[in-house]
Amino acid sequence: MESALKRSGLWLAGLLIAVLACAAAVDTGFAIHMGIVGLACIIGLIVTLRGLDLSRAILSPDQGRYDDDVIRWGVIATVFWGMAGFLVGLIIALQLALPVLNLGLEWTAFGRLRPLHTSAVIFAFGGNALIATSFYVVQRTCRARLAFPGLARFVFWGYQLFIVLAATGYLLGITQAKEYAEPEWYVDIWLTIVWVAYLAVFVGTIIKRTEPHIYVANWFYLSFIITVAMLHIVNNLNWPVSFVGSRSFPVFAGVQGALVQWWYGHNAVGFFLTAGFLAMMYYFVPKQAERPIFSYRLSIIHFWALIFLYIWAGPHHLHYTALPDWAQTLGMVFSVMLWMPSWGGMINGLMTLNGAWDKVRTDPIIRMMVMALAFYGMSTFEGPMMSIKSVNSLSHYTDWTIGHVHSGALGWNGMITFACVYYMVPRLWAKPRLYSLRMVNWHFWLATVGIVFYASSMWVAGITQGLMWREYGADGYLVNSFAETVLALKPMYFLRAFGGLLFLSGAVVMTVNVWRTILGHQRDEAPMRDAAFDPAKDRPLVAVAA
Amino acid sequence: MTTIVERHKKLERNVTLLGLAAFAAVTVGGIVEIAPLFWIDNTIEKVEGMRPYTPLEQAGRDIYIREGCYNCHSQMIRPFRDEVERYGHYSLAAESMYDHPFQWGSKRTGPDLARVGNRYSDEWHVQHLKDPRSLVPESIMPTYAHLAEHELNAGDMTAELRTLYQVGVPYSPDDIAKANDDLKVQAQADGDATDLKKRYPKAQARDFDGDPKRLTEMDALVAYLQMLGTLVDVNAPAAQEALAKEKGR
Amino acid sequence: MSTHSTYDLLRHLADSWGLVMMTVIFLGLCAWPFRPGARPMNRDAANSIFKDESDV
Repeated sequence: MESALKRSGLWLAGLLIAVLACAAAVDTGFAIHMGIVGLACIIGLIVTLRGLDLSRAILSPDQGRYDDDVIRWGVIATVFWGMAGFLVGLIIALQLALPVLNLGLEWTAFGRLRPLHTSAVIFAFGGNALIATSFYVVQRTCRARLAFPGLARFVFWGYQLFIVLAATGYLLGITQAKEYAEPEWYVDIWLTIVWVAYLAVFVGTIIKRTEPHIYVANWFYLSFIITVAMLHIVNNLNWPVSFVGSRSFPVFAGVQGALVQWWYGHNAVGFFLTAGFLAMMYYFVPKQAERPIFSYRLSIIHFWALIFLYIWAGPHHLHYTALPDWAQTLGMVFSVMLWMPSWGGMINGLMTLNGAWDKVRTDPIIRMMVMALAFYGMSTFEGPMMSIKSVNSLSHYTDWTIGHVHSGALGWNGMITFACVYYMVPRLWAKPRLYSLRMVNWHFWLATVGIVFYASSMWVAGITQGLMWREYGADGYLVNSFAETVLALKPMYFLRAFGGLLFLSGAVVMTVNVWRTILGHQRDEAPMRDAAFDPAKDRPLVAVAA
Repeated sequence: MTTIVERHKKLERNVTLLGLAAFAAVTVGGIVEIAPLFWIDNTIEKVEGMRPYTPLEQAGRDIYIREGCYNCHSQMIRPFRDEVERYGHYSLAAESMYDHPFQWGSKRTGPDLARVGNRYSDEWHVQHLKDPRSLVPESIMPTYAHLAEHELNAGDMTAELRTLYQVGVPYSPDDIAKANDDLKVQAQADGDATDLKKRYPKAQARDFDGDPKRLTEMDALVAYLQMLGTLVDVNAPAAQEALAKEKGR
Repeated sequence: MSTHSTYDLLRHLADSWGLVMMTVIFLGLCAWPFRPGARPMNRDAANSIFKDESDV
């Protein structure tokens, strides 16, 4: 009882601070954000007063069972934020084709919605998938219940608050204007706190493991958590103009600012979207294929090579800029070398299916995993190629980059996440099977065709754009005005939006499937298999004597 | 040999060691590559003409950032013939030395803006921001008519300039003290901007948005755009010399 | 030490000895799963994720 009082006091104190900060705010955006924080405190207070916050799972955890509450919430959040992020993506894709869709309102212009899309898919969809799967995998590979159950719940809800603050901030125009690091200083501090808690829960669980060896998936998760913490803190060293205002200025300017930002930006790809998702691959692909990883040795090499090389590759985002040449070249060389470990990882994943390739035909989840690995391999070949300076001189600033990013994000991150969600949902909610495997198959095809439309239209757009910009006529003058290059891309922008629509439709199919699985429904459908075969009938006709 | 093996076994089974080893691996690369740049200041020598932004330009820059212009416009001209002909002399490192944060961008859905200053009239900018397609039919830029309607609410510019000073922008105490007045003076059609122009060389002071009665967000944004790339005379001998010293390019 | 020479020193370190050191450590770590006697350990580790399926 006393501790319930104490916790209520904490919520009240948080509410008080939020209200005071809201009243003293120097700009509207900060006031609104403090209002949201206050609202979160009120929700926390109500939950505490009704005695719902300290479940048995926290007070007297059953060490003989896995703690899956947070993972279940995380799966739902992944699906929800995925839908939101894909939808905003489709909207901004359409805005580029039909600018009237910007609606002329400040809150709905492309410049504000684009960070909303990138953050929603990377940090909300991807981040929740990473948190949920990491808690799932670390418990099962360590054969131990999650450490610090209260803290784990704080990680989940704290992370959702971070997402809400970041997303509303973009719409209100609160941004640091650094790609993928847009949230302002107070949101960054909040994320740092949440992230340290995440590290504590993850490491705490590894420490209390009963399995002697730390399975390689956990290595990838661990390096992802540690590195993201480092990147986040360094790239967000900011000085606020007012401690009750949203505006702040980064400590680094110009060249230094650019290098720190792209060291962050590139390694956000390397550790958030690659290392973390490879961790998923190293657990869920063997589990779904029901056979161990092709080569455990290769996975160790893959791990060290990936984290050693990735961290150097950032400057390839700054080729031919005012960044010193040696740093550009270093970035290029390491980016090209990065191709090897990436393909090592892809081969390791694909070869796991050796002897079980028929599953690609019969099991749509495996098929998704294989497609994810194929896209991983494709984009990790394309990436090093684009980091070569002469290629980059054409591709940089164009839609080629956008196409590259999406073949990785939709193909690799999206597909592997969908597969993991399909794997986990029946197990987490203790259902005999998914609502429908055929719908998984539909999702697979919608997503795959969507990505093909997206990536190929952006390749064409990017190369067209790059070539048109540098096209000279026989008279020695530039042939195209900038506006003409914009016009030339319009059909490609429509095709891209169509691809996005297909991908979003696939996600809708998944949402229905996951929802009905959780409800315990099972679709009455013919099992997925190939043509019928009756061995008894597989024989020659014997001539009947007349 | 066996001792190494034993030690490695420990690494694989000890989460702290594993974490530290991974952390070491990722920091070394970062430090070796990034650290040198913090001693680079003397190689991006202060080029003649570079100065911190005036309060009005800074307020315009805040709007540029708020609206996410960097999502579609770069401010970094690469040293290629076509880019130099299209946008002007390629960008020098020194030209973004006071940019907190840098706005080099990564995508040109619209053209580069590093040297857009003084290339178009104020009227063109205002009309283009209000309705881009009335001037460039092919444009896919959103409309920003609301900028002309909103009074400029830049907040306390003294506090903002002081913060910028704290992160390394060399504003004088005078600049900081007069920031709020400077903001208004620069956007007035008939204001006395001699003091402002003395402290901020090449500052352009006039009514930018065509509505002299009001100080709007449009005033600030156009003032910022009209300044971009105009501070450094890249073809002056001094700048060329500094360029030659800018190592590694 | 002047800032200029610090820059030069670090810049040269970055593409010479710093690089060599990183490469050597990296190659060492790559070679390590191939050490003699590691095979059964790797096999056990790879199969560890299936242990829960044979629990009674």
